[in-house]
Amino acid sequence: MRMNLLGLSRSIHPKDNKNTAGMAITPLSGFSKVTIPLNMQIGPGCEAIVAKGDHVDVGQPLGRPTGPWSVPVHASVSGQVASISDEIWSDGSLAKYVTIIPDGLDTVSPEVKPPVITDKASFLEAVRNSGLVGLGGAAFPAHIKLNPPADKPVDTLIVNAAECEPYITADCAVCCNDPDEVVAGTLATAKWCGFDQVIFGIEDNKPDGARALQEAIDRQRNHPDWPRNGMTLKVLKTAYPTGAEKVLIHLLNGRVVPEGGLPCDVGVVVHNVSTLHFLARYLKTGMPLIKKVVTVDGSAVAEPGNFEVPIGATIEEVIEKAGGTKSNPGKIIMGGPMMGVTVDELTRPIVKHNNAILIFNEEEAALPEESACILCGRCIRACPMKLMPMALDKAARALSVKELNDRHVLTCIECGSCSYVCPAKRYLVQNIRNGKALVQAAAAASAGKGGKS
Amino acid sequence: MLHVSASPHIRDRVTTRSIMLHVIIALIPVIIASFFIFGLKGPMLFVFSAAVSAGFEALSRVVMKREQTVGDLSAIVTGLLLAASLPAGTPLWVLITGDFVAIVVIKQMFGGLGDNFANPAVTARIVLSVSFAGQVASYSVADKLAGIDLISQATPLMVAKEGSQAIPSLLDLFLGNHAGCIGETSIAALLAGGIFLLVTGVIDIWAPLTFIGTTVLFSWATGADPLLHLMSGALILAAFFMVTDYVTTPTTIPGKIIFGVGAGLITGLLRIYSAMPEGVSFAILFMNILTPHIERWTAPRALGGIKHAKAK
Repeated sequence: MRMNLLGLSRSIHPKDNKNTAGMAITPLSGFSKVTIPLNMQIGPGCEAIVAKGDHVDVGQPLGRPTGPWSVPVHASVSGQVASISDEIWSDGSLAKYVTIIPDGLDTVSPEVKPPVITDKASFLEAVRNSGLVGLGGAAFPAHIKLNPPADKPVDTLIVNAAECEPYITADCAVCCNDPDEVVAGTLATAKWCGFDQVIFGIEDNKPDGARALQEAIDRQRNHPDWPRNGMTLKVLKTAYPTGAEKVLIHLLNGRVVPEGGLPCDVGVVVHNVSTLHFLARYLKTGMPLIKKVVTVDGSAVAEPGNFEVPIGATIEEVIEKAGGTKSNPGKIIMGGPMMGVTVDELTRPIVKHNNAILIFNEEEAALPEESACILCGRCIRACPMKLMPMALDKAARALSVKELNDRHVLTCIECGSCSYVCPAKRYLVQNIRNGKALVQAAAAASAGKGGKS
Repeated sequence: MLHVSASPHIRDRVTTRSIMLHVIIALIPVIIASFFIFGLKGPMLFVFSAAVSAGFEALSRVVMKREQTVGDLSAIVTGLLLAASLPAGTPLWVLITGDFVAIVVIKQMFGGLGDNFANPAVTARIVLSVSFAGQVASYSVADKLAGIDLISQATPLMVAKEGSQAIPSLLDLFLGNHAGCIGETSIAALLAGGIFLLVTGVIDIWAPLTFIGTTVLFSWATGADPLLHLMSGALILAAFFMVTDYVTTPTTIPGKIIFGVGAGLITGLLRIYSAMPEGVSFAILFMNILTPHIERWTAPRALGGIKHAKAK
């Protein structure tokens, strides 16, 4: 426990465990099979346009979008489609999987060619065709994010390089490796989508990444597409959850996203560095999103590192190629330990928005037992949105929609800070998440009835 | 076996038990001081009360068929705090009654730790002082030089009210070398414990500061001796261990300030104008009852929160 004489709000500081910081990105290949889900995004996924037995090449579309939000999915290896099956995903949702047995040749599809861009519409079309979703972890389709409704003009592009989750260093590795591509992708996005201003945000525990980005930005100062109000990099104090969209916006330009709103409500679009890095590559080569840099780490992992992995490779095989496990896995997390999602089986594939695979040993995976709330106030001080998590937890357990609304449950960003600090080990975020669903369901129900409230 | 669970997947090391352990450690100087002021009877009462409280806690959970919570150490804290606010001459059966009221009636009957609206130790003390006025008002102090175990003496606040004896010197007040409750007299020991709790981040300064400040200012404004009021009675014990109780006091800074000022005002009023020499317990109990309301008035404004239409 640290002294907090004045009882002020303060963000949490979990041990950052950036064991893989400074490690090069190692490409992994030679997988025995890849299973590519057709819905790796928020919103509806794709319908399959290949059939069992078909030969596919690298970059060839496997699925066709089914709605305006949906983006295509591409083959990450060349080989034969072994099956198209329905699978139940860890969270219980149904997904269509395309399983490909690689031929090891990695023949590139003739469809892969750099897009021709002439205006915003063709840029957004290209973004969509690239299969791009937000690579920070939320998998929000990029072409939707870049094209907010006309009544919500946006002026600022915020590039999120904060990477505030413990363990993960994939974004920082991309920044260190290829800062010029990050900046190129940013410039193109700012140009075609009309952003006047670009702000990069990074935490001060990544000096290498910050320096690389700053130098890359400085090199482009005379670029014809340089945004009107400039492009700056702000180094932020390391504190969780600096990289949470709403928190980052508030830290970088002081704007506050309203409850239930999106960044575009305050004229901002936030993209992850890896998203923009990919975009720059795609604009040059036309190679869609088929690979992802992931940090492999955790107490059960023998050799932590950053790896470039084809989408659809199984976690099991990735871990094996990365050096294996040193103890029995107790928990597999896609993403960071604060907001990542647990996976129920090692045979699950790497998806587009994976930035880390963490394997905890059994001891670390043990779930803490919950005890009564002692009203210590730690969750209130830790909440970046200035909520009272323990009160929301109580309201959610009591199924009180009114109380949840009165306490602004929809502003919760589920960052996990409250659960992290709770001495009673209460599952605050989990219950608050239920509370949010309750409020949304109630709103939908009243809208359905034509209710005015 | 693979666990599937909701995020976050890592937790801070602080637990309810570790917090309670900090409070117990913070009370050790007070227990040691009680030995020098009241003889063996002081520490004995502390240990006895803690043990009886833990027993009542364990027993009530068994009887109620609920999960065992005696391991969170909160019952021991309550037992120690109740003992701290009783004089050395308290008969053991009165102490047992107090522990029963604190743990069984005030804490467990309202749902256990976290659900008790009033501070168990404070409320039990009030119950004892009202029900067994004779037994818990026999203040005394050990006189080692004269070889007498415990000699009866009036407390400084009683002296101030009745003016029968000389008020102890400031040094005696600070060290606690005078009649009073076994955990209340030594300001030095209480300060050591309080500073420990502040430094380790268990408590923050707002409630103690505003509580002490208001009481002292009030006594000064009404012409009483502010230093005497600062250094005697239950003020300092309550400032560090009772107005900082998590469960029964507000969680936000403005809430803590309101609580501290309110409790200080009531303490001052009771000390100066009521028939009783001391008013800390009643002040805290009253503010405990107000706490849910203070909590509602002082809820922080959510970042980006919008006003919701009133439900019809």
